[in-house]
Amino acid sequence: MTDTAEHIATEPELPKQDKLQRALFRFRQSRLSMLGAVMVALVVFFTAFGTLLAPFPEHIAGGVDTAARFQPPSWAHPFGTNELGQDVLSLVMAGTTVSVLAGLSVVLIGTVIGTLVGAIAGFAGGWIDEILMRLTDLTLTIPGLILAMAVAAALGPGFTNMIIAISLSWWPGYARLVRGEVLAVREESYVNAARAIGASPSRILLRHILPNTVSPIIVKMSLDMGFAILMVAGLGFIGIGIRPPTPEWGTLLSVSRSYMPDYWWTAMAPGMAMFFAVFGFNLLGDGLRDILDPKARR
Amino acid sequence: MLQFIVRRVLLLIPVLVGLTVIMFAIARILPGDPVALAAGPNATQAEIEALTVEYGLDQPVWVQYGHYVSGLLQGDLGTSLLTRRPVAADIAAYLPATLELVFAAMAIAVLLGIPLGLVTAVWRNRWPDYLSQVAAIGAISMPRFFLGLLLQLCFAMWLAWLPLGGRLPIIVIPPPSVTGFLTIDALIAGDWTAFTTALSHLAMPAIAMSLSPLATIMRMMRSSTIEVMQQDYVMTARALGLPRRQIITKYVARNAVSATLTVIGLYFGWLLGGTVLVETVFDWPGLGLYATKAIVSQDMMPVIGVALVIGLLFVLANLVIDLLYGVINPKVRYS
Repeated sequence: MTDTAEHIATEPELPKQDKLQRALFRFRQSRLSMLGAVMVALVVFFTAFGTLLAPFPEHIAGGVDTAARFQPPSWAHPFGTNELGQDVLSLVMAGTTVSVLAGLSVVLIGTVIGTLVGAIAGFAGGWIDEILMRLTDLTLTIPGLILAMAVAAALGPGFTNMIIAISLSWWPGYARLVRGEVLAVREESYVNAARAIGASPSRILLRHILPNTVSPIIVKMSLDMGFAILMVAGLGFIGIGIRPPTPEWGTLLSVSRSYMPDYWWTAMAPGMAMFFAVFGFNLLGDGLRDILDPKARR
Repeated sequence: MLQFIVRRVLLLIPVLVGLTVIMFAIARILPGDPVALAAGPNATQAEIEALTVEYGLDQPVWVQYGHYVSGLLQGDLGTSLLTRRPVAADIAAYLPATLELVFAAMAIAVLLGIPLGLVTAVWRNRWPDYLSQVAAIGAISMPRFFLGLLLQLCFAMWLAWLPLGGRLPIIVIPPPSVTGFLTIDALIAGDWTAFTTALSHLAMPAIAMSLSPLATIMRMMRSSTIEVMQQDYVMTARALGLPRRQIITKYVARNAVSATLTVIGLYFGWLLGGTVLVETVFDWPGLGLYATKAIVSQDMMPVIGVALVIGLLFVLANLVIDLLYGVINPKVRYS
């Protein structure tokens, strides 16, 4: 990352039509952000079409081919086959859908709850603020993974339960962020003006305050996507997330552990896929932060 | 100073009460019958009922919570249905392993991250800097458990340089427990064999844990160093003709570290909660493995206990960091 001074130094060359174009220009200037965007685009592509494009769709549905167990990587099976003779590449491609949608759901739920809590706390102030923020701080002291593990174990395995479990620990960051932003703009003159002409509190909040908090939220969401995907995979890995035969990266990796070191290739594709997706989202988020949220730059 | 500490400690009380309420609420929505599980498959109905009464599970939830809290105040975290041992004793047995792992990972992260951050800041915008920035984001993106598996595959299974997992093989006599950290206890006892064995077991899990905090500390240190280097007093020192090395070690590094400290405090809690996956990969007998095993057998008291202890340690770590902040940066006054 370069620092603010250098960005300002390049400013005069920028096209000055509007803010969006300026942001896009700056984004394209940063090679790492572009790399991140391309990687995320690939991940999104596989989320949408991974199951359709998989070379062995029958294996995704749970089909087995015991004659072809544990085949090392070859042209037919670039990442080999697993203990059931299933094509690892096909499973991982289909797993993209599961992992990315799960991660996205967690981030979206976390954003909605956190934004609501933070906006209400910051806007209402007083004892409402006090109670909501104490609850937020409290949730932050419980390690996310442990809380998610406990809730996931209590609710039982499955896609929805796992998303609920992770989301419960995901909102406090957004609540704090949004509350801070709301407090910062609450006393701005345009908010006072809206109040003076008799706008209702909900209108002030939705039309005048929240739109100003969008950029930091987007930045946080893109940085969080990677970590949400990791959390989903982590729960799968310790066996309390999504259960087989649904192909999920963490679960696939966990199963492959039993067949190390002889059949090491069964672990490579799921692990690399996780790394690739998270890396992409982190690069993108990092680039977006530089553009949208210069204050938070480190 | 004393007043500050007392106030911070008093503020812990509502946090801990809240923690117990949340964790207890989760424990009670658990489906399934943990008592039947503890009693075993051949238990009669009478035996199950006796156990239910023994564990107090026949009483209303708020009475159970009251019992739990009054027990907590006496250092009683409940009884594990699975191991049938007091949770407090189990945690006392597993906690040192987790702490040893966390401190080892933190030591690697701090000892490498701070100098690397300093160096990349000094070499700013040259290729080693760019390379390290990409590597840092890559390191943060690497799933710890996948990295752990790769390390195992490479150094334990193929090269056979390091043991696959565990903390100390049974054949090695553990050193007398002083700190609970096997590496340090072995050094205190002067037992070289036990030390190298313990260290060889600690190496891979600690490396797998350290990568993400290492990268974050490095990035944090880099940006705070850049900020400090633009301060007037650094300019002055430069104008006075002080040697570059002296400026960086004496003026820049010290000020840059204090900003990085907060991240270290936050990461301590993150590492404590995040050992679960690495402990699972390396079969490291710590709190994470204990909690995972308990969850799988629907044994909730250990999970509540582990979450409480980790939450408490997290809050304490932040307190320590706040105090350290004042020591390193005298400008900070306790208010």
